[in-house]
Amino acid sequence: MEYNSIQELLELALAEETTIAEIVLKVEAEESELSEADVKARMLENLKVMQKSIKAGREKKIESAGGLVGEEAAKMSDYIAGRPGLLYLQAVTDALAVAEVNAGMGKIVAGPTAGSSGIVPAVVVATGEQLGKSDEEMMMSLFTASGLGYVVSRKATLAGAAGGCQAECGVGSAMAAGAAVELHGGTPEMVVHAFALALKNLLGLVCDPVAGLVEVPCVKRNGFSASHGLTAAAMALAGIKSVIPPDEVVLAMTEIGDALPASLKETSKGGLAVTPTGEKIACRLRK
Amino acid sequence: MGIFDVMGPIMIGPSSSHTAGAAKLGRMARLLFQREIEEVDIYFHGSFADTYQGHGTDRAVIGGLLGYLPDDVRIRNSLENAEELGLKFKFHTVNLRNVHPNTLMIELKSKDNSLSVTGSSVGGGSIVITRIDNTKVRMIGQLPTLWILHKDRPGEVGIITSVLGNYRLNIAYMQVLRNKKGDQGSCIIELDHKPNKYLINYLENMDDIKQVRYLPPL
Repeated sequence: MEYNSIQELLELALAEETTIAEIVLKVEAEESELSEADVKARMLENLKVMQKSIKAGREKKIESAGGLVGEEAAKMSDYIAGRPGLLYLQAVTDALAVAEVNAGMGKIVAGPTAGSSGIVPAVVVATGEQLGKSDEEMMMSLFTASGLGYVVSRKATLAGAAGGCQAECGVGSAMAAGAAVELHGGTPEMVVHAFALALKNLLGLVCDPVAGLVEVPCVKRNGFSASHGLTAAAMALAGIKSVIPPDEVVLAMTEIGDALPASLKETSKGGLAVTPTGEKIACRLRK
Repeated sequence: MGIFDVMGPIMIGPSSSHTAGAAKLGRMARLLFQREIEEVDIYFHGSFADTYQGHGTDRAVIGGLLGYLPDDVRIRNSLENAEELGLKFKFHTVNLRNVHPNTLMIELKSKDNSLSVTGSSVGGGSIVITRIDNTKVRMIGQLPTLWILHKDRPGEVGIITSVLGNYRLNIAYMQVLRNKKGDQGSCIIELDHKPNKYLINYLENMDDIKQVRYLPPL
């Protein structure tokens, strides 16, 4: 069994009358010549690291290398303390938490990348907790996210240096959207449409980090991208479909990434990085 | 690339290329040297030179040189740990010319030996070692790898490969290198399975083999 496109992944799930997560798990077990139990154990380890990184980012102020970020999750945590039950706010807080842990040289799961590592954990854990799901169920939804991201890695890119931030936070948000639909018990079709809806709306996102650091705008963008993924999941669960099919959205992402100038692809030679404040910060940190 | 490259690796942030990749490069240098490192000079090129402090590239390389894996939290304190262990290190910036933007060169010194290792972090935490001393090489550290220095003479490479065959090890990729005819040759052999210590011991004790280094997959 194999899949080289989102459409093929969907068709396999439909033909086997199962979830996308189960297909991704089965294919990985075949490819790696491991038992499904072993593959699941490895994914569970990812979930554990994600949960720990959320906790770490929420609990304490992080000292990042550049010192440009570090208290966002703590501030959001205080703000939402009096507003329980708001899924969006929890996801935003958790995404900031993981992204800050990453900026502060903490342990994270680079999924799809280190710079966008807050989005999937935040959406999966916030949705899972809200729905009262077990770790096993949250872990399975990570297979959904992984399978979707895997297709992008094969057909396009997950590197900001090659495709801009749409390939990192855009894809992260789309993977998270698919996982959220899976946790809600949505159909495989809803999963792939959530993916397409999320990615479509982040097409063109550039990678212009201040001073070359994974801090500004990266940390806050993880928070925004998490809420974005939740919005896409909600639309898909409501039955809204992406007019442009998922694989064609990925194609568009590649084309847009190629058309982006190098200055907006992780070189810090354009956009926010060369604003007066951005340059001032870069100058200060070089000293 | 499998799904665990997409949902993973588990690593110390903030950057797969500037942190995780740098830790792997340091670790490769340590494995290639395999001696007690007394002193090390690290030369950062390109993007590494511009942002090595902000990305913790310096801490990651030293961590790798101390044997830490890319997901080891000790990377955060590697500079302090190195100092405590008496490892002398210095960072420099340099233009190495015509290399990948994320390239670094590590010069390792022990009491009576030295080694220079150059490598690049080519994205997503993947690395390639491009030069060992003055010899151009290509090592990506994804398969069990042997680096063997031997006498440059007819049949030597054949003898080495038959030894591997006798140990039922299949060669996936192999590079044969030398700097000067009849002098010292070297080969880099990437295997499908891990070699055992008896094989490495056997190779090390062969007449015309000067040195064997085994690099487990990263």
